[in-house]
Amino acid sequence: MNTLLIIAGKEVRDGLRNRWVVATTLLMAALALTMSFLGAAPTGTVGVGPVEVTIVSLSSLTIFLLPLIALLLSFDAVVGEIDRGTMTLLLSYPVARWQVLLGKFLGHAAIIAFATVLGYGAAGVALAMGGTEIGAESWRAFAAMIGSSVLLGAAFTAMGYLASSLVRDRGTAAGIAVAVWLAFVLLYDMGLLGLLVADGGKTLNAEVLNWALLANPADAYRLFNLTGFKNVSLFAGTAGLAAHAQVSAPVLLGVLAGWVVAPLALAATLFSRKQI
Amino acid sequence: MTDTVTSHGATIVVEGVSKQYGDAFAVRAVDLTMAPGECVAMVGHNGAGKSSLIKLMLGLTTPTEGRIRVLGGDPASAAASHIRRQVGFLPESVAFHPSMTGRETLDFYAKLKGVPRTGNDALFERVGLEPAAVKRRVGTYSKGMRQRLALAQALLGGPKVLFLDEPTTGLDPALRQSFYEIVRDLRDAGTTVLLCSHALTELEGQADRVVVMSRGRKVADGSLATLRSLAQLPIRIRLTMPDGSVIETTCANDDKVAAVRRATCAMDCKGGVDVTDIEIVQPSLDDMYAHFLRREAAE
Repeated sequence: MNTLLIIAGKEVRDGLRNRWVVATTLLMAALALTMSFLGAAPTGTVGVGPVEVTIVSLSSLTIFLLPLIALLLSFDAVVGEIDRGTMTLLLSYPVARWQVLLGKFLGHAAIIAFATVLGYGAAGVALAMGGTEIGAESWRAFAAMIGSSVLLGAAFTAMGYLASSLVRDRGTAAGIAVAVWLAFVLLYDMGLLGLLVADGGKTLNAEVLNWALLANPADAYRLFNLTGFKNVSLFAGTAGLAAHAQVSAPVLLGVLAGWVVAPLALAATLFSRKQI
Repeated sequence: MTDTVTSHGATIVVEGVSKQYGDAFAVRAVDLTMAPGECVAMVGHNGAGKSSLIKLMLGLTTPTEGRIRVLGGDPASAAASHIRRQVGFLPESVAFHPSMTGRETLDFYAKLKGVPRTGNDALFERVGLEPAAVKRRVGTYSKGMRQRLALAQALLGGPKVLFLDEPTTGLDPALRQSFYEIVRDLRDAGTTVLLCSHALTELEGQADRVVVMSRGRKVADGSLATLRSLAQLPIRIRLTMPDGSVIETTCANDDKVAAVRRATCAMDCKGGVDVTDIEIVQPSLDDMYAHFLRREAAE
């Protein structure tokens, strides 16, 4: 346990030193504040609060941005240290390989969590100071959005670790990371849409679609945030979908957590067999 | 051989170990035993299998064949933590995290090894790293300073086994001397030191034993004197004449006393010629190394 914390602590300090933490936090805060100011403008007549507007726009943005940040942060974690030669020395110390992997992951996940909570939290503070009355339900939705964002970031960090443990070359790991981002964030939904259109509803029923959406952490995150709370889904235009959604919020969170654990476990197995 | 006798109390026992990467052998059927308080120099050109053997002994890789025991246990097993706590390692072309300072680096490794950090200042002083340098980031360090920091981390916790892979490459002569002084102190304190190098001449006088590696095989193993008699390289005798001219002859190792007698006798008996100086040049470690490699290549 102690070893995990030592390694995670070193990773966090590295992140602070090379400005990853500062850069990520500032980026998140800038985007979140922009969204909340823009989001605050058109309200009033539509009957939704500024928080809901912010959640919808921010979560849509998170799906693109956070996986990218997480993958950039993590694709180098294992293969880079092996390449630079720091891994050889580290593994000659009394540490198990799973401790190295998990410790580094915890450090990177902490960086993502810190940046997300602080960056999006800034938007929350800005909203609270905006003067509009904001209900407890809205705040719950906002908190859930931040929490699930951290989970989404952790899931893609874990996938970055998998890419990093899979190959012997940093360039290849970077390529895989980009491919993972493209596949899950952009191509998956397009492909699914294309299939739906081509199929014309003959074999692809709602249940199959639900499972297909669960197979992608980005979609699980989207479903969770856009259908999980009534006010949000009203504004997002997903109220109809939410009524039909057969997947409950805890299940969606469980799926996200599964996307953290499974790649990480696989990465640990691969790493423990690696000849360095 | 007398395996039971030699392996009793040995810190490192390597038995018939081979390591294969695909079709290529990095290490091939190597036997090696090291005792506490012994300093063994492993020599060989690049790719001879020195670093591969060290990685095997550290448990970073597992042997394709054979068995390795370090401090009585398998270094690659899950329970190797207590072994690694007593092992120091200075890797070839050592790398640290450039954004951490020297002190933070040593603190990090001390914590991992479960060693109190209070001894770190003494370690810095021992390897000659200035307090001002300790506060600086490792990224700004010169090669010599990095190497000192590398030695400091290898010495953490007073290891019983120390692996030094090319420890003196890029160091100036003064630094090398202090480096070997530290190694000597450790050896005298009972640490098993394995020293890898291809700077052969500087190993003379440092190592109790020399192991010559070539293409993954161990081609020679013994003290410098043993290797010398095994190699049977000619000894050169250089005679300086009164007129300043130098005559050089060679003779076999066993024959050198007789040869010197002949040379001095010649000046006594015939009276005319006087020898002003006599110099006996033993074959250097370099010569012997070249010899063993030639023999290996011929086989």
